[in-house]
Amino acid sequence: MQPAETVQDISAGESMPLLIKRAKARLLRMHYEAGVGHIGGNLSCLDVMLTLHHRVLGEEDMFVLSKGHAVGALYVVLWSQGVLSDEDLRTFHVDGTRLSGHPPVKGIPEIAFATGSLGHGIGLAAGVALGKALLSLPGRVFCLTSDGEWNEGSCWESLIFAAHHKLDRLTIIVDQNGLQGFGSTREVAGIAPLADKFRAFGIPAYEIDGHDPEAIEQGLREASRHGPAAVIARTVKGHGVSFMENRMEWHYLPMTEAQYLRALSEI
Amino acid sequence: MRDVFCRSLVKNSGRPQFVFLTGDLGFRALEPLREAAGSRFINAGVAEQNMISVAAGLAKSGLRPWAYSIAPFIYARPFEQIRNDLCLPDLPVVLVGNGGGYGYGVMGSTHHALEDYGTLLTLPNLRVFVPAFDADVSSMIDALMDFPHPAYLRLGLSELPANFTPTNYSAWRRLLTGNGPTILVTGPLAGGLVANSLRLAESERPSLWLVSELPIDEVPEEFLNDLDRSSHLIVVEEHVAQGGLGQMIGHHLLLHGIAVPRFTHHCAKGYISGLYGSQKFHRKECGLDAENILAEILTGA
Repeated sequence: MQPAETVQDISAGESMPLLIKRAKARLLRMHYEAGVGHIGGNLSCLDVMLTLHHRVLGEEDMFVLSKGHAVGALYVVLWSQGVLSDEDLRTFHVDGTRLSGHPPVKGIPEIAFATGSLGHGIGLAAGVALGKALLSLPGRVFCLTSDGEWNEGSCWESLIFAAHHKLDRLTIIVDQNGLQGFGSTREVAGIAPLADKFRAFGIPAYEIDGHDPEAIEQGLREASRHGPAAVIARTVKGHGVSFMENRMEWHYLPMTEAQYLRALSEI
Repeated sequence: MRDVFCRSLVKNSGRPQFVFLTGDLGFRALEPLREAAGSRFINAGVAEQNMISVAAGLAKSGLRPWAYSIAPFIYARPFEQIRNDLCLPDLPVVLVGNGGGYGYGVMGSTHHALEDYGTLLTLPNLRVFVPAFDADVSSMIDALMDFPHPAYLRLGLSELPANFTPTNYSAWRRLLTGNGPTILVTGPLAGGLVANSLRLAESERPSLWLVSELPIDEVPEEFLNDLDRSSHLIVVEEHVAQGGLGQMIGHHLLLHGIAVPRFTHHCAKGYISGLYGSQKFHRKECGLDAENILAEILTGA
């Protein structure tokens, strides 16, 4: 067993690939120690979330995690920023933790909203974007959704609202890993091509490689200049771990010790 | 009440934190507010789930949003958004439902709200305001402007009798004294009960109590004294029994070890005949009309 990384190991000037590697190791360790699943959808969006937080978000900006089941990745991002300690991460899923299995209502000010039921984040983010505009406050809002989440009608309600009110501070990110709860997005309720649908709603859509930090940074910066806009990040569920990649069961399963060690060796 | 509601909001629309959302309703009622509030009046379209999430986001930015629709559409359609986005984080958003109970009459069951406050009061942090008279609306709005929690304001039509002036607004009020049973009512039904009770001699007249904020927290001593004297509590509400005022007061009294020898509950009972009509029609079918309630008192039924 390797010792856990501490936040001091991660310097501000560290390259994104190295930062991602370390965060990924910490994410795997956290899920392994907690004995919980959801690792697949956390691995798919970790690169985007890390790059967003370390390279794009400013102090006045807000992040809304609409795919609340990826809160593990968010906890690790907050750990990488020094907001959460290594000790905090060890409490993940443990009785009495602040770190619930979906974003908590209170206790971590950096987490704006208690999501976890899909289809809420865009409306919440749209409200913040509108509020900032009405109050002439600075800052942008970035909202990360899953791709299966777009089955929810409320997402489309919010998209119409964002386009109609020209919420230029709002950037929507889709973690397009192609898998959802009980099948692939294609099998369950196909909505491809998503980018065309966004464009038809009046929302510019940028398609990027969701595992290329430079492409992520560039795409997010570009999209946020043309908000309300969407960035569709093409990702791989379970990214970086061969036996997890594109496998639906890693939405749910905890890792055995052997699987954990193999996963660590691969990233 | 909707006109008073609109006027009271117009008066407050210049507040820096004020913002109003409507789910595309308010024709021939809210136009003055739209004029007065300008960019702070937002028609969120026929999309109540989004409207509530947006309201939560606005509140998170530091605003004090009001979200309006007709009663069933403001509480039932976006229930999960109310729970997750407003109540769990305790954000100060006022939900306004027009036409509580059978208010939309012959428009039919989809437009009625017979279980609104009972449902909403299962959620944390939320407080319900049920005005009975027009004057209550402006008092409530003044209070709600600075209310730091989620709230639900259930509007209806005031039925205040012309010859009666209620005491100033408070959450609990005794509208009439009498030596008959003790009535506890919420909402506009109070008006009809006042009008019909005033025709009775004091010996038969009920002591009539109006409660306008829920859940019940403190019960006035005078109400308990009335109850002790009369030994008969009659609860009247345009809401189903489950989760309603009757259950709330019963629960409160039991918790405090107060026995009520006789308890009568007049409440909404859905659609007994399966036929539709005005608010008055539906009330009558449920035995919720004041004439029936008072007749029962006189006959001792």
